[in-house]
Amino acid sequence: MTKTMPAVIAVLFGLLCFWFLAVAPMNIRVALDQADRAGAEVMPATAVARRDTSVWRLMSDNRAYVRDGYYLDRPRLPTPLQVGREFWKTTGAMVLKGRTWSKRSLIFHGWVTLQSTLWGFLLGTAIGITAAVAIVYARVAEMAIMPWAVISQAVPIVALAPMIIVLTSQVGIDGRGFPKAVISAYLSFFPVLVGMVKGLRSPAVEQLDLLKTYNAQGFQSFMKLRLPASIPYLFTSLKVAIAAALVGAIVGELPTGAIRGLGARILIGDQFGTPLAIWSALFAAAILAGVLVTLLDGIQRLVLRRMGMQA
Amino acid sequence: MSDAAIRATDLSLTFQTNDGPVHALKDVSLEINKGDFVSFIGPSGCGKTTFLRCMADLEHPTSGSITVNGQTAEQARKSRAYGYVFQHAGLYPWRTIGGNIRLPLEIMGYSKADHSDRVARVLSLVDLNGFENKYPWQLSGGMQQRASIARALAFDADILLMDEPFGALDEIVRDHLNEQLLKLWAKAEKTICFVTHSIPEAVYLSTKIVVMSPRPGRISDVIDSPLPKERPLDIRDTPEFLEIAHRVRDGLRAGHSYD
Repeated sequence: MTKTMPAVIAVLFGLLCFWFLAVAPMNIRVALDQADRAGAEVMPATAVARRDTSVWRLMSDNRAYVRDGYYLDRPRLPTPLQVGREFWKTTGAMVLKGRTWSKRSLIFHGWVTLQSTLWGFLLGTAIGITAAVAIVYARVAEMAIMPWAVISQAVPIVALAPMIIVLTSQVGIDGRGFPKAVISAYLSFFPVLVGMVKGLRSPAVEQLDLLKTYNAQGFQSFMKLRLPASIPYLFTSLKVAIAAALVGAIVGELPTGAIRGLGARILIGDQFGTPLAIWSALFAAAILAGVLVTLLDGIQRLVLRRMGMQA
Repeated sequence: MSDAAIRATDLSLTFQTNDGPVHALKDVSLEINKGDFVSFIGPSGCGKTTFLRCMADLEHPTSGSITVNGQTAEQARKSRAYGYVFQHAGLYPWRTIGGNIRLPLEIMGYSKADHSDRVARVLSLVDLNGFENKYPWQLSGGMQQRASIARALAFDADILLMDEPFGALDEIVRDHLNEQLLKLWAKAEKTICFVTHSIPEAVYLSTKIVVMSPRPGRISDVIDSPLPKERPLDIRDTPEFLEIAHRVRDGLRAGHSYD
C-alpha cells in the first residue's frame, strides 16, 4: 500500500497536468469570442473566420488571451480548480451553511440518486441470483433465460429508460423512484447472473461426487457446497453491478421532467449551459461510485476472512 | 448373507465417446471379503478407478452385477455403506479441518452432541490432533490428505474406497502415510479398496493385490499376500516382499501391450 502510493499520486498528478494544459486549446475560441465582444483586437477578427482556424493557430496568434481561457464563466472545458471550487460550493459549503438538503446541494441530489441505485442494486442482485440458481439447476431455464439476458444488455438503456418511465406511470405508479430502480436493476442483474452461474458451477466434479457418496440431497449440496463456493464470484460481480446500478439510476434521471438527482443536474446543466454544474455532478457520480465499490470491497474482505479464505 | 463385502460378477462398462466405444471394464469378476485390504494396480486406462467408482455407484456398469455389503451399489450408497477418499483432498476451503470432518455428519444427520467426539476420534486416528480449527490452506498436502481420510472415517461406514489418495505426495510422506494407514486399518477394522500406481505401495499395504490391464480394462492377476498383518516399513527388503512385487510386475508387463 505505502509502496504503491507514490506511483498512484504521480499518475494522478500527471492526469491533472494534462487536464490543466488541455484547457487552453479547448477554451481559446470562447475566450476570443468574449474578448471580441468586449471590443478587443483579436486575430482573425470575425467569429466566422475564427471557426475555420485551428486552435493552435488561434493560440499562437492571440497569446495574450490564452490566459483568459482559464477564467471563463462558461468554459468548454473547466479547469480542475474551477470544478473543485464548484464542487465545494455545492457540497461542503452547503453543509457549513446548514443547507445540506437544499435543491442546489449535490449531497441532496446524490442522496436521491443513491436511493434509486441501492433499490435497483438490491432488485437486480435478487433477480440475478434467482435466475442463476434456475440456470444451474434446470437446463430448460438456461435455454430460456440466458439468450434473453445477453440480448437485454445489447439494447441501449437510454432508449429503454423513457419507455420504462412511461410504462410504469401507465400502471399507476407515480414518481420517479420506482422506474429508476427498475432501470438500475436492468443494468445490474446481468453481471450478478453471469458471476453467480460461474460461481455455482465452480465446485469440481470430485467435490460434487463426494456429496453424492454421502447421499446428500439437492438442497444440502446447494447450501453446503455450491453457495459457499460461489461467494468470491458473487462479490466480484456485485462490484460491477453496483457501478452499473448507479449508471442506470443516472440514466433514469435524464429524460426530461426529472428535477432531482445527479442525472437531472447533468441534464439541467446542459440545458442552461452551465458546464461547471455538469462537471461537478459528474464528479459527484464518480465519487459515489468509488465509495460504493470500495465499500463492497471492504465487505468482501471481511466476509472472505470470516469464511477462512485468504483474501 | 455371505462374508463378501464386495462382489462383482461379469462387470462391464463401456463409455460411448466420439472416437467410438471405450471398454473401460470388461467381464470383471472379483470377490472382496470383509476386512480385506485390496489394492488395484495397473497402468492408466486399465479401469481401476472406474471399478472403484462402480462400487461407489458413481459410475453405472453397462452389464454384469456388483453388490456392496450384499446390496446393490445404489442401495449401499444410499445407506452410506462406504467412505470415499479422492485423489485430491478436496477439503472445503471455507471450512476448518474440524468443519470439513463434520460435513458428512451434518449431511447424514448425526446428532450435534456426537460431532465433537467423532471429530476428536478421527483426528487422533490420522494423527492430526490440535488441527481442528485450522483452515486447509494452513496444512501441507500430506496433512490435507490425512484430513480427507479422517472425513471418510467420521461416519460409520465399514468400507473405505481410496482412489490414489497419495498419488500426488512425495516418497517420504507417502511411506509415512502408508504406515499410518496400515495401523488405522488394523484399528478401525474396515474393508479397504485402494487404487494405486505404485507396486511397493500395493504390496506393502494389501492382503490382496488385483493387477489390472487396459484395453479392455480387465483383471489379469489376483495375488493373495502371504505377508503377516504386522508390517514394519523394512518388510519391503525381505525376499517374500520382493517375490510378490516381482509377480505384480510380471502381471503388469503381461497386460501391457507396448504399442
